[in-house]
Amino acid sequence: MIRLEPRRSHSQAMVYLSPVLAIVMTLIVGGIIFAFMGKNPLEALYTFFILPISDSYGVSELFVKATPLVIIAVGLAMGFRANVWNIGAEGQLTMGAIFGGGLALYFYDSQSVFLLPAMLVFGAIGGALWGAIPALLRTRFNANEILTSLMLTYVATLFLSYLVHGPWRNPEGFNFPESRPFPDAGLLPIIYDGTRVHLGTAIAVFVVIAGWLLLSKSLIGFQLRVVGKAPQAARHVGFRQKRMVWFTLLLSGGLSGLAGLFEVAGPIGQLQPSISPGYGFTAIIVAFLGRLHPVGVLFAGLIMALTYLGGELAQISLGLPSAVTGLFQGILLFFLLACDVLTKYRIRVGSVATKGGAV
Amino acid sequence: MTGDAGAEAMTGAGHAQLEVRGVTKAFPGCLANDDISFRIEPGEIHALLGENGAGKSTLVKIIYGVLQADQGEVLWDGKPVTIHSPHDAREMGVGLVFQHFSLFETMTVLENIALAMNDVRDMEVLRKQVVEVEKTYGLPLDPDRHVYTLSVGERQRIEIVRCLLQNPKLLILDEPTSVLTPQEVEKLFETLRRLADEGCAILYISHKLHEVKALCQKATVLRGGKVVGGCDPREETAKSMAEMMIGQKLTAPDRGNDRTFGDVRLEVSNLSLASEEQFGTDLKDVNLTVRGGEILGVAGVAGNGQNELFQALAGETEQFAAPDNIKIDGTSVAHFGPRRRRRLGATFVPEERNGHGAIPDMSLAENGFLTAFRRMALTARGLIREVPTRSFADTIIKTFDVRTTGAAADAGSLSGGNLQKFIVGREILQDPGVLVISQPTWGVDAGAATAIHQALLDLAAKGTAVLVISQDLDEIFAICDSVVVMAEGKLSKPRPMADVSIEEIGLLMGGLHDLDGDATPANGTLSTGGRVDQA
Amino acid sequence: MDWIVPLILTVITASTPLLLAATGELITEKSGVLNLGVEGMMLVGAISGFAVTVSSGSAILGILAAIVAGMLMSLIFAFLTLTLMANQVATGLALTIFGVGFSALVGSGFVGFPLDPLPSLSIPVISTIPVIGPILFSQDFLVYASIAIVIATGWFLTRTRAGLILKAVGDSHDSAHAIGYRVIRIRYMATLFGGAMSGLGGAYLSLSYTPMWAENMTAGRGWIALALVVFATWRPGRLLAGAYMFGCISVLQLHAQSAGVNVPSQFMSMLPYLATVIVLVIISSDYTKIRLNAPACIGKAFRPAQ
Repeated sequence: MIRLEPRRSHSQAMVYLSPVLAIVMTLIVGGIIFAFMGKNPLEALYTFFILPISDSYGVSELFVKATPLVIIAVGLAMGFRANVWNIGAEGQLTMGAIFGGGLALYFYDSQSVFLLPAMLVFGAIGGALWGAIPALLRTRFNANEILTSLMLTYVATLFLSYLVHGPWRNPEGFNFPESRPFPDAGLLPIIYDGTRVHLGTAIAVFVVIAGWLLLSKSLIGFQLRVVGKAPQAARHVGFRQKRMVWFTLLLSGGLSGLAGLFEVAGPIGQLQPSISPGYGFTAIIVAFLGRLHPVGVLFAGLIMALTYLGGELAQISLGLPSAVTGLFQGILLFFLLACDVLTKYRIRVGSVATKGGAV
Repeated sequence: MTGDAGAEAMTGAGHAQLEVRGVTKAFPGCLANDDISFRIEPGEIHALLGENGAGKSTLVKIIYGVLQADQGEVLWDGKPVTIHSPHDAREMGVGLVFQHFSLFETMTVLENIALAMNDVRDMEVLRKQVVEVEKTYGLPLDPDRHVYTLSVGERQRIEIVRCLLQNPKLLILDEPTSVLTPQEVEKLFETLRRLADEGCAILYISHKLHEVKALCQKATVLRGGKVVGGCDPREETAKSMAEMMIGQKLTAPDRGNDRTFGDVRLEVSNLSLASEEQFGTDLKDVNLTVRGGEILGVAGVAGNGQNELFQALAGETEQFAAPDNIKIDGTSVAHFGPRRRRRLGATFVPEERNGHGAIPDMSLAENGFLTAFRRMALTARGLIREVPTRSFADTIIKTFDVRTTGAAADAGSLSGGNLQKFIVGREILQDPGVLVISQPTWGVDAGAATAIHQALLDLAAKGTAVLVISQDLDEIFAICDSVVVMAEGKLSKPRPMADVSIEEIGLLMGGLHDLDGDATPANGTLSTGGRVDQA
Repeated sequence: MDWIVPLILTVITASTPLLLAATGELITEKSGVLNLGVEGMMLVGAISGFAVTVSSGSAILGILAAIVAGMLMSLIFAFLTLTLMANQVATGLALTIFGVGFSALVGSGFVGFPLDPLPSLSIPVISTIPVIGPILFSQDFLVYASIAIVIATGWFLTRTRAGLILKAVGDSHDSAHAIGYRVIRIRYMATLFGGAMSGLGGAYLSLSYTPMWAENMTAGRGWIALALVVFATWRPGRLLAGAYMFGCISVLQLHAQSAGVNVPSQFMSMLPYLATVIVLVIISSDYTKIRLNAPACIGKAFRPAQ
């Protein structure tokens, strides 16, 4: 029997400790899984988590992968704080890529310095529009944003597929389902030579700082937190829930759209049927692992980016299926949610100590 | 004070129906029951007295099998028993009428009764039994009505009927009258006396001492988890029992001598508003005025539109009334949200502390900021000013003697009384022109209640218009200058406290709006109106 | 008219996995638990059923394995949300993310394996009646099982004491606890039933609908099943209608493509998802109806008060 004993106040220590605990336990379980698959657990873990960042190029790739995760997760964290469950970030990312990328394709021979800024704006608008739909449906028709935002992800992905198979296919591309490559004026500048670290990474850092100010220091952030924690208290003081639904979905949609634009105007350089290895979904985990706090999200984004790099490396050098990455991410989130109970409760193992050790 | 005499008087002759010996129950950080012993004979109506937090509910849960005691034993008919679950308790013959009803809103009366019976094989047989019990005890209920369509009094009837169906040997009632009009209370007492005559033991939990005096033959008094004495309520005064409960002399709040009233500061006229709650009560043509320096009480049984009135005044509703329906210091505000009303100098304290008036897992500093950021200028350019925010919370804590570790403590870590002092203090320190407060001392210990009452009187003395919505008539008599009664969404005309009796208020609470005599002759309605007719 | 019978047959097979998963989720939600991990549980059910069937050669064993796998998944969910009181929305998402990864990992060795579809139970003589025969009397047994389960669920919820208790727990866990029901235990059982049904629904996909394994082969059906429960306003009868309506949409979409309707295939493929959104909007905008039918405690953590 496990008994939970409420703490009088939140344990601040556990707020920070529980992600660390969750990561350690994920590593242990990961090692066990590797052992089951006939791999040397230590070697596999080393390949997964150390090897990818053992040289400077690897570290730079970590930043490249973390960029979209962090940008999206900052927006999602705001929404989750306000109990707005946007899980369609992947679709908003796709729409951002379509809007911003579409602009680049329309001006495919442009040299203008205004192209890239315009693409950023369009990307953010595309994502925000796609986020506005669930916001409208929730505030106007009371429809659950979890389901609508997710359904719209499928729609967005199919729409991108239609575009690159049809009207936006590269006329000189040998019938591959790809768009033209973006013009140079529509590509993000590399901020560190010899790597793929682009302007978006710098913007991600800016997003983190702005998000931190917004959430922790501003009246709007306070409103978000009140709406999420105590809707009745929010109504009592006039913080309108509907306004927060709009605000968080437009914000997280816009940031996701921006992240999508960064992917196609950065590492990819054109539109393809698949532009993201599930960044929009992984960002959900990043948001939770980062304690729904922008600064925490920065660290969590780096850790989750590592699981992508590790997954790729493990696929090449150990012959492990790439799905291991998703498995790790799911397990990590499980452990995190389990450990979070420790911030509000103490665990007491009752007379029959059977399951106590497992969690 | 009769001291221990009550506890010892009944020893000897025969077995008690229920005897509790040395029951102790500890929760993390508090000893809820500390070596409690008492006994109830068959046919006895026994009161369990104590303030909030004295340990009454814990003891009831142990007797009903919801909780298990750490130490001590429970004897039933003289034999030691272990009660593992409410199922066991019902099997033995214990019935419990809950303070917060244990009902299911979207189900029918019959289904609700079936759920609380240990074995129901045939719903049709049960239906017949229900109808029979209703007839025998005069508790009319339609078995096929859904609970959400019923009044609070009718809901309590379900609870009582489902206990009676099991032929209880001990019936426990936990604060049963807080939701009833005085006339309904009298009706309930008749049923209880009749049950006692039939040999059923009754454990009656209440802090309403007049009622205990009228109903009970014995009383056990709890304080801080311990039995501090027993008595025969018929030989005590309400005051002497109250002093036993709180362990000190009772001080009435100081109402001041010459209370003078200024201009009208809060005016509600012809306010009609549909409830936004699923099972709520619509407001119907509500009129009231509160002058500066005046405390107006809104009495009434819970669920008659008080929540809706509070929400309409505080601006919490989705839909607003016409602007002129509510005026603060002459400004029409009914179309304003809460923030603009607060800007005009109105402040509000809702009934529920956790999650409505305060946010349990936010700090006191943040909770102070919650309603005061505008009037206390705690923001600058959209950002929170941390130093003034913290010092505002410190000021509340100091001025209102809030027991806490400091402004960084979570609101949820405070006791009910301390959190209520913090919330009331937060609004009072904003120097409001109008204060609307709902159930100011609900679930609060006597010390905090006295402090809050005094603070409200002092605030009024400074010229604030105070509207107190309360179900507690004692509270209204203690602090209000005049009273209006709310029933079925309508308000009676105001009456000065000096020339109104409890009986009169009781009739108004039962829905007799016409006592003022302008529509129907008052004396003609007495025997036919509302729910009083079953008396 | 020759095409109509095969068309109806495909509608039935397309609807069955939705129906199974949604019925399970309906029971889970009626007890007050919102498990958003249906997609993940279906995927794990699909791969477990497929892998065991391929390895053992027995579809029955495969189906049992899928049920057990779905239950194990829901057990993780139940432990986190009911015992450790983790947020149900977040845990449900985690379950789906985990299920996608886990099924892909296990399934990587099973991609491209051929498998015979479940045999249909042709009832002698009457199954040869034209039109009605093949539609009503020669389905595989999971189709009959799915309909029987829906009917049984309706009977359970409206006619049995256990069903009444389940609804009571979802309506007010505090009241149910106060009169002595084991809220947590009942919710565990309801959640496990939901997991079993999702696992079964997943197995139907990989064993009968498209007898093969492909990564992410549920393609959002778990989420559509969740929407169906709202669409049905938590009533099994309407669930049946809703599942078959969605079956129709997804099949028509496929047939329109092969019939050469001149709309890009991607737009046709969007139909089920768009239909889900539209259906949700229509049903949810009737707020009172939702409030009266939805379990009042859905998604709320329960901890017995002291």
